[in-house]
Amino acid sequence: MHLLICGGTGCKASSSDAIAEKLKLELAANTLQDEVQVILTGCFGFCEKGPIVKVLPDNTFYIQVTPEDAAEIVKEHVVKGRKVERLLYVDPTKKTTIEDSKHMGFYRKQMRIALRNCGFINPENIDEYIAREGYQALGKVLTEYNPQQTIDIIKKSGLRGRGGGGFPTGLKWEIASKNPADQKYVVCNADEGDPGAFMDRSILEGDPHSVLEAMAICGYCIGASKGLIYIRAEYPLAIKRLKVAIDQAREYGLLGNNIFGTEFSFDIELRYGAGAFVCGEETALIHSMEGLRGESSNKPPYPAQSGYLGKPTNVNNVETFANVPPIILKGADWYFSIGTEKSKGTKVFALAGKINNVGLIEVPMGITLREVIFEIGGGIKNGKRFKAVQTGGPSGGCLTEKHLDTPIDFDNLVAAGSMMGSGGMIVMDEDDCMVSVAKFYLDFTVEESCGKCSPCRIGNKRLYELLDRITKGEGTMEDLERLRNLSQVIKDTSLCGLGQTSPNPVLSTLDNFYDEYVAHVVDKKCPSGQCKSLMKYIIDPEACVGCTACARNCPVNAISGERKKPHEINQSICIKCGACMDKCKFDAISIK
Amino acid sequence: MSHIKLELKPEQVAKIKEICKSFNNDPGELINVLHKTQETFGYLPAEVQEVVAVELNISVAKVYGVVTFYSFFTMIPKGKHPISICTGTACYVRGAEKVLDEFKRILNVKVGETTPDGKFSLNCLRCVGACGLAPVVLIGEKVYGRVSPDGVKNIIKEYEE
Amino acid sequence: METVKLTIDNKQVEVPKGTTIYKAARKLGIDIPVLCYMELHDLGVENKPAGCRICVVEVEGRRNLAPSCATECAEGMVVKTHTTRVINARRTVMELILSDHPKDCLTCPKSGRCDLQDMAVKLGIREIPGQEYAEMSTYKKDFSPSIIRDVDKCIMCRRCETMCNEVQTVGALSAVNRGFMAVVAPAFEQDLEKSPCTYCGQCVAVCPTGALTEVDHTTKAIRAIADPTKTVLVQTAPAVRAALGEEFGMKPGTLVTGKMVAALRQIGFDYVFDTDFAADLTIMEEGTELLDRLTRFLSGDKNVKLPILTSCCPGWVNFFEHNFTDMLEVPSSAKSPQQMFGAIAKSYFAEKLGKKREDLVVVSVMPCLAKKYECQRDEFKVDGNPDVDFSISTRELAHLIKEFNINFEELPDEDFDRPLGESTGAAVIFGATGGVIEAAVRTAYEVYTGKPLPKIDFTELRGMEGIRSATIDFNGLPMNIGIAHGLGNARKLLEDVRSGKANYHAIEVMACPGGCIGGGGQPLHHGNSAIIKARMEAIYREDAGKPIRKSHENPYIVKLYEEFLGKPMSEKAHHLLHTHYFSKKKDIYIK
Repeated sequence: MHLLICGGTGCKASSSDAIAEKLKLELAANTLQDEVQVILTGCFGFCEKGPIVKVLPDNTFYIQVTPEDAAEIVKEHVVKGRKVERLLYVDPTKKTTIEDSKHMGFYRKQMRIALRNCGFINPENIDEYIAREGYQALGKVLTEYNPQQTIDIIKKSGLRGRGGGGFPTGLKWEIASKNPADQKYVVCNADEGDPGAFMDRSILEGDPHSVLEAMAICGYCIGASKGLIYIRAEYPLAIKRLKVAIDQAREYGLLGNNIFGTEFSFDIELRYGAGAFVCGEETALIHSMEGLRGESSNKPPYPAQSGYLGKPTNVNNVETFANVPPIILKGADWYFSIGTEKSKGTKVFALAGKINNVGLIEVPMGITLREVIFEIGGGIKNGKRFKAVQTGGPSGGCLTEKHLDTPIDFDNLVAAGSMMGSGGMIVMDEDDCMVSVAKFYLDFTVEESCGKCSPCRIGNKRLYELLDRITKGEGTMEDLERLRNLSQVIKDTSLCGLGQTSPNPVLSTLDNFYDEYVAHVVDKKCPSGQCKSLMKYIIDPEACVGCTACARNCPVNAISGERKKPHEINQSICIKCGACMDKCKFDAISIK
Repeated sequence: MSHIKLELKPEQVAKIKEICKSFNNDPGELINVLHKTQETFGYLPAEVQEVVAVELNISVAKVYGVVTFYSFFTMIPKGKHPISICTGTACYVRGAEKVLDEFKRILNVKVGETTPDGKFSLNCLRCVGACGLAPVVLIGEKVYGRVSPDGVKNIIKEYEE
Repeated sequence: METVKLTIDNKQVEVPKGTTIYKAARKLGIDIPVLCYMELHDLGVENKPAGCRICVVEVEGRRNLAPSCATECAEGMVVKTHTTRVINARRTVMELILSDHPKDCLTCPKSGRCDLQDMAVKLGIREIPGQEYAEMSTYKKDFSPSIIRDVDKCIMCRRCETMCNEVQTVGALSAVNRGFMAVVAPAFEQDLEKSPCTYCGQCVAVCPTGALTEVDHTTKAIRAIADPTKTVLVQTAPAVRAALGEEFGMKPGTLVTGKMVAALRQIGFDYVFDTDFAADLTIMEEGTELLDRLTRFLSGDKNVKLPILTSCCPGWVNFFEHNFTDMLEVPSSAKSPQQMFGAIAKSYFAEKLGKKREDLVVVSVMPCLAKKYECQRDEFKVDGNPDVDFSISTRELAHLIKEFNINFEELPDEDFDRPLGESTGAAVIFGATGGVIEAAVRTAYEVYTGKPLPKIDFTELRGMEGIRSATIDFNGLPMNIGIAHGLGNARKLLEDVRSGKANYHAIEVMACPGGCIGGGGQPLHHGNSAIIKARMEAIYREDAGKPIRKSHENPYIVKLYEEFLGKPMSEKAHHLLHTHYFSKKKDIYIK
């Protein structure tokens, strides 16, 4: 029997370490420590209900476990074979408990390729990875295929880059392989910077060897003996697990000289990011690895021609690499059979926002947004109405009700005015103001623009200012025209992917929520009641009994009135903090 | 003229030199060197950057250019308890801004500042990847999940001896 | 050579592979506007960050617009350079750039020769929508002795950064900050004075806006002229006469020596003298020092260091004071011509006039911004009174001439005053790279060998190559000579000397690419290196036309030694004409 405990960052923050310790203690107290193994794994994905404890082999899935529950799990489940009912997942619609993960809505529609080992193995133990076919793909490639044959498999599989652009991976490898050089580099882009996306981190924390193995395969294909992983310094756990994995792989001879007794040698080093979103762009990433400012540069030359230290360099992101070993082992046809016409395989999404089941999911391409949000995601939180889903992070757009049945793939999302990006998926409900959402993303881009090219450096700032005016009720209809023209020019003229996509949140909200913009501009109203400058707290004189509670709690003394007589709010002083409304026992205060 | 005497203790200079040396004084390792140096000193004051520049044989203007490019590097010493509010999208839609406002109000500092007693510094960061716990606040290495504005007072209290 | 064929604006063109769309279009006579892009082909300088995005064009089959300055032509490419989409994009981008640029054109020192202003006119920008509520990025203004940085006006073209780092390897400037606040600045956004800046002025020479300009000395010069108690002398550097005409619409390479003298008289200078006179004097002192060091070295004196380095370029002096502090005794101790002139003017000439030095004001006209700093150095003052009071650049002189409403083109040629206006051909070539050492060789050869030169022109010492070397036969003694122009080249050469890789007897270094003709105070070349070459030809033309072409044959120099100095390197000469150098390295290691 195995007890698997999620050791991802989210669950660790909710003391999953302590749970593991407690479980071990309880097992020892029952002298079961040799029969039952406690394993701290990578992320299970179902972060909403973490920390999670899963019992194998019966797949029992305990949610929101606390260290105090450890004793009961051991005493009841392990010793007596009785499930701890109160820790089981309850289906939110049917209100029935579900015992194992396979029958949970969250997992039912998922298909795990990149995340195949996350939540199943101890990421700090290479033997567990090997036990699940680990490093077999590398062995197979090195002993059975030449580099071009391997590239052909990847090409045939239809795998496209998971970092955002969706460039065909096999083709990218082929270009790098055909540029002769004395030294080439394989770079893994682990500078996951999309706010709200954490799939790369989960893979590195939960299954680091899959990335190492794929990088070695790529090195073999393009003729590189050196690999570099550029990872965010903000991911200490992933860094630690990668270091452990690299050491173990070296110890097992799976990295280093003459791997599998062949001529092929390959080793991997870590490079750290330092907090710059633009370094997700490959030329900026390479400059950063060279110790420079992470500014992007014009392409061509592409990294495959002249990359790290001027040498041919192949850059793929973590999730792309994680797909490679299964493709080699199961064949290109298998992978090609999953997904849509032009987007093959699966995609990992980080589901977040106003949704019941926040977490990390992997689904086949072609699944609809409706399935993801309402079946896997369990619908909108607190029974609110679905309004929009933002995909692709700051580079993507907001999709609406009308897009819910669109099959998700690279091209459909672009056609809808958004993009796949790295796979962030933020769900919004009726309370979210779409102008504010666009402003939020622009605030991000303004802060993260490298500043090299004028449209991105200045243009995004101006977009932000326009949006800010609109949310304050100072916008004009002419401003909406300007927003659109400016957005299009920034897309058309910016130097790199950051600026070329940064106006997407603006354009997609303009397209899909134009009425909401007009409401801000013409009626000076925020329909969702989010824009502080546009709302007013008002006391209903009919309902007000003059208890003075509101006046006493107002931090700026904006409320006046005699005791037992209706009170009034001085709008020029009011800072719209809402304290009065919270304190009113008679529901006399409302927002207008 | 421009003789600037900088107040670094000899052992501090030696430490920076040692860090640079551990990266073979390779200017390509500047970012790794700065990471290590910041780990040691807590921040990257001008004097430290001057020594790094000399040791890696690059101009101090370039070093400063790199330090100011990456948000991870800071020239302001952090507080004893560095507070980071996640303002990633998931946390944003779950009310991170209000949580941030509350920290600002209670500590009476702006983002990027440190309280006068040096106890707390306030910063924002983009997604720690714990979106399931949104909104998230980090104090030092400790993660606080599902923080509400009302809960801020109690969190700060934990660190006030 | 591999070529590619493409179509630009419906015209076919064939260009070598690797050519950019911008250059291919230029070949067809199609003018694509560029702003950040700068190329100085003969100097090996190229700045193409593809940052401003003004030069964007439409390429068939491409999703977005392509920067023509950085996009290479491909076979079969179809390019459109002026479609509605392109024009709208260019205008919008320009509006954006201007929305973050101060609008004080009326008082901006760059007004009238500002690339950004020209571009705004070209693109027909009449208003900047939303300017009222557009935040601007603002920074501290920086006044150094030579250069003013007003980087509110920086448009991030990165030209200065390229010059400062890649060409000059000075490393005073770098892009700093990120996003909207990104700007080019010294470390910690401190003033240039606290940086390793040499004041070479190459950043100013390429800045397309008023972000980098020179410190104005014309106001002070005019006040001195207007003061009846002062006798105001002016000296003009060799390179000025080969470039000044450009400011009046004359062809690059037009020599305007006579008109310049006439104009300076009209402005009201009491004496119009020539720095060339002091250049001849420099050769006497530096040449003698060279021969002295050489003979002592050849006789086995271990205390003598060779090579001797020229020291007439103040940018170069600043550079080695920052970067080669272990070699401070290697450069010649001779002052620069500007300072030698000042020292002689305020001693020898003051005596002749029967005036006190305080009553004399010496103004220099220089192709250089470092000269502004040099004349303020403490070593060049006597009781606080500087040998040279003010130094104005070629550009500033041109401005004065216009301000005085002088019709420059119509001026008659006039001659310099005597005695400090007489000079030889050897002096005028100081203005071009290789010139100082050629002038020194002309004199040193004759003094060393006692024989007249078989030929005066040492063409082997001339040219535009960054680092050059030649061996001159001094009657059986092979003299190894090295030449570098541009501080990056100087650094390379000096590092080879330091490591013992290079073996020279004498080295000439000029901080600016091309020498003083390409100086930071010259009319802006706007990235056209043909202009620098034309100036160089003019300098050698002036030399060839001079009746006397060797410094030691200048009769007024001979007289100066007879009447006043004694002989070269005499005690008096040492006191007045030689200097010493300081380390400017920051002391970061506390003992």
